[in-house]
Amino acid sequence: MEEIKLHYDVPGDDFTRAGEASADLKSRLKKLGIPSAAVRKVSIALYEGEINLAIHAGGGAIDVVIGGESLTMILSDHGPGIKDISLAMSEGFSTAPDEVRSLGFGAGMGLPNMKKYSDDFDIESQVGVGTNVTMKVYFDA
Amino acid sequence: MTIKTTQLAELCGFTQAVEGDEREITGIFTGDLLSWAMGRAKEGDAWFTVMGNVNSVAVSTLADCACIILCHSAVLDDTAKQRAEQQGVNIFTTDMPEFEASYALASKIKKE
Repeated sequence: MEEIKLHYDVPGDDFTRAGEASADLKSRLKKLGIPSAAVRKVSIALYEGEINLAIHAGGGAIDVVIGGESLTMILSDHGPGIKDISLAMSEGFSTAPDEVRSLGFGAGMGLPNMKKYSDDFDIESQVGVGTNVTMKVYFDA
Repeated sequence: MTIKTTQLAELCGFTQAVEGDEREITGIFTGDLLSWAMGRAKEGDAWFTVMGNVNSVAVSTLADCACIILCHSAVLDDTAKQRAEQQGVNIFTTDMPEFEASYALASKIKKE
């Protein structure tokens, strides 16, 4: 299969639009005949990423590369950055504001879920500069 | 006998708020934190919650839940209803608390 590249822009602070990229990617992967277990992993990991971009970073960009055996998602933003990545990666830790919690988010499961549902996960962040997350999902894993 | 979403109203007394694609119910997830539901609900689960916003519809779609059951008479907002109609997501409402509503379905699944 020839590589397919997709780009999505995620707006900041608009939780009604967060989810558009993952919904679009999910339907494309289904049409391509990607196994449903892999589609589910990609959908969950990316939706959590979209929500994080909307809540914490004032929006950001998502680049997706679909290959023959795997898919890579790169999420980048110019938000405040993460001071302590290992703390941010622990389940239950959250800096989400109250209005976000009232929507059912802010449980401190975003980054842990992104890692859990990726086969390869990498995060780089610099305070005041932004954050880049790379997630890879293998179709047969 | 397998329980399908089209049987939920009759079997458990839930009210259908959005009629989506007919799905087989293979399990139950109960909880309101979206990331927990997202990470732990399984494909084919009936999801019992009080979160009736558009994000619940997104979570249900992406996690492949069979349906959402809004408990405690929680309100389904207009944007969520519209999105559920577009995406074929089944939504039911009930005045039962989450435990009772979950048990109502669990007891039916168990018998069968």
